[in-house]
Amino acid sequence: MSAVSGLRTAAAVTMAKAAAVLSRRLGFGGGTALPGLVADAVAPGLAARLAARLGHGCVLITGTNGKTTTARLVRNIAQAGGFRPVHNHSGSNLMRGITACLIEATDARGQLRQPERRLGIFEVDEATLPEAAAALSPRVVAFTNLFRDQLDRYGEVDSVAAIWRRALAALPPATTVVLNADDPGVASLADACQGSVLFYAVSDIACAVDQIEHAADARWCPACGREYTYSAVFYGHVGHWSCPGCGRARPAAAIEATRVEQRPDAPLDLSLSTPSGQFELSLPLMGLYNAYNALAAVSVGVALAVPAGAMQKGVASFTAAFGRQERMIVRGREVHTILAKNPAGLNQVLRAISAEQGPKNLLFLLNDDIADGRDVSWIWDVDFEMLAGQATLLMASGRRAADMALRLKYADIDAHPAIEADTQAALEMALALTPEGERLYVIPTYTAMLKVRKLLARWGQRPPFWEEA
Amino acid sequence: MEAALRLAHLYPKLMNLYGDRGNIICLRRRCQERGISLVVDELELGDSLDPAAYDLIFIGGAQDREQRRVAADLLETKAEALHQAVAEGVVLLAVCGGYQLLGRYYRPAAGEELAGVGIFDAWTVHPGPTARRFIGNVVVRWQGGTLVGFENHGGRTYLGPNARPLARVIAGFGNNGRDGGEGVVQGENAFGTYLHGSLLPKNPRFADHLIVQALRRRYGEVELAPLDDALEERAHAEAVRLATRKAIFLKR
Repeated sequence: MSAVSGLRTAAAVTMAKAAAVLSRRLGFGGGTALPGLVADAVAPGLAARLAARLGHGCVLITGTNGKTTTARLVRNIAQAGGFRPVHNHSGSNLMRGITACLIEATDARGQLRQPERRLGIFEVDEATLPEAAAALSPRVVAFTNLFRDQLDRYGEVDSVAAIWRRALAALPPATTVVLNADDPGVASLADACQGSVLFYAVSDIACAVDQIEHAADARWCPACGREYTYSAVFYGHVGHWSCPGCGRARPAAAIEATRVEQRPDAPLDLSLSTPSGQFELSLPLMGLYNAYNALAAVSVGVALAVPAGAMQKGVASFTAAFGRQERMIVRGREVHTILAKNPAGLNQVLRAISAEQGPKNLLFLLNDDIADGRDVSWIWDVDFEMLAGQATLLMASGRRAADMALRLKYADIDAHPAIEADTQAALEMALALTPEGERLYVIPTYTAMLKVRKLLARWGQRPPFWEEA
Repeated sequence: MEAALRLAHLYPKLMNLYGDRGNIICLRRRCQERGISLVVDELELGDSLDPAAYDLIFIGGAQDREQRRVAADLLETKAEALHQAVAEGVVLLAVCGGYQLLGRYYRPAAGEELAGVGIFDAWTVHPGPTARRFIGNVVVRWQGGTLVGFENHGGRTYLGPNARPLARVIAGFGNNGRDGGEGVVQGENAFGTYLHGSLLPKNPRFADHLIVQALRRRYGEVELAPLDDALEERAHAEAVRLATRKAIFLKR
């Protein structure tokens, strides 16, 4: 590095760090994006230069659902495997968030501590993947799934797949790509890969549901146009698929869940078969979709040559990202907050809630900010009907509270939906209406989740998210 | 009233991009609450449409790839029956991509022009990949009131002399962002629109307008029993408020 560029890097890091402190002091938030913006203005390409100093390179994780959870699982697995992760744990997953995270790990002179042990673990926004892959030269890129999400922001599912293909085609053959074999939209990305591919899958067909959900997106073979047939559907369009036209089918997976045990109010138990051996995992999360997140994370662990024992240890120390799937006691009620931002995700959440015991007190918060997607019509693709006869309390909140209440009304869930647009008032009301000792499910979209998290952090004594380990 | 209606839902698997299912859920429920049974048949690729069997026909929107396959299938297996059904007064609602495909043609940003079914005297042109996409909340004036929804389309639709717009834009873009028209009415019984959201649940007046037309054709003069639409009206009013606030903000 030249003296000038070195100076410039140091100056950018210093200014960006000052911006982070300022952002926090002024109460703008965790300072998870602003430093990245400042640094990019002062020294373009800073992320690439800082990332080049990571001794073990970096891992990128993308997909419609499960990015944050998967990245956190990878972080824990990597830590247990002896790496020292640099991780954008706040979920700020655009380039500026990744830059900010690298800056935070760097001292004022632009040096990383223990650079030889450092591994970058970055959750990446779907549309940011080409830029992030080009800048960061990842050693592993992992994909979770591909579903419709915020069509007004990302465009159609096909456009997202095209963006990913472009990013993959530009990667060197040394990069390992981790793909979900059960999601045909993700599995078919293998064609675009130059280097080695690791597939993961669920082979336990006891998890299958009766029929394909309304939220399914990849139903037709891109090669020949025929509709896929399924010997087992797990959720959405995820399952054991094959094309009756051209014979494309779910590829054989190196990392498999041979048993997925979902019991009400208990952790997910998985039996895994991997190139690093067979082992069991116990995951303090609900829903089959989280079994897939664990599989993706274990696959990354395999790619990083983390031993099975360390992977088990890493997963055992896992706690969900605050607000994404969180249980806490507030005023004598168990509040279970679960982020849901698109039809496939919300269907999975509802399915998992339905499987739990006890009365269901439910508060849905629907916002339509840019980060949520401005278009709320997706709620009509969600199978709320499965809650019929189960809800004792049904509330709708958020900027589009009335839209949510209307959807719930048309789902015939017995309980009459109550509306309170204001987040704090809605939470207060839902807590008051939930009998003491019962559980309240709070299901927010992304920006609503940020508000819920702030309130619950205050009431339930949890640290704000940027103070997390 | 002991009445029964039959609806053909065209391509529910392929054309279901923007919560189009909400329109069916809404029609079914509003019929049910009045003791009218609504039978829904789902017709996919290759299925033929019996023009005499239905009172209502619905088609939603899709991604470009699926839209191409549907365009070909419409012409092959359903176009003739659609023309016949509409001529005989069957009520047709086409949303977004379905609206475009039932026009004369759709000229995409890239690739070949798609021939349409020609139910609507309308055509759609995509002005190219760099052109602004029309995305956002919409409020339009319709029959002395408003309709609300969300639009998300790249194509600009223009109406010929034999069609008239369904509504006038108050906030949003509508058919082409220029002439203030939104959607299309062809004759009295065929409707096309860019509004999803879903369209019908938040616009109960329009939903009932479709149901009444379908009933009249089969049973003569009818009056629909009023329903408790407090929640529907509230969601409608909220959507008007959100869309118009945004429009004022943009004008400044």
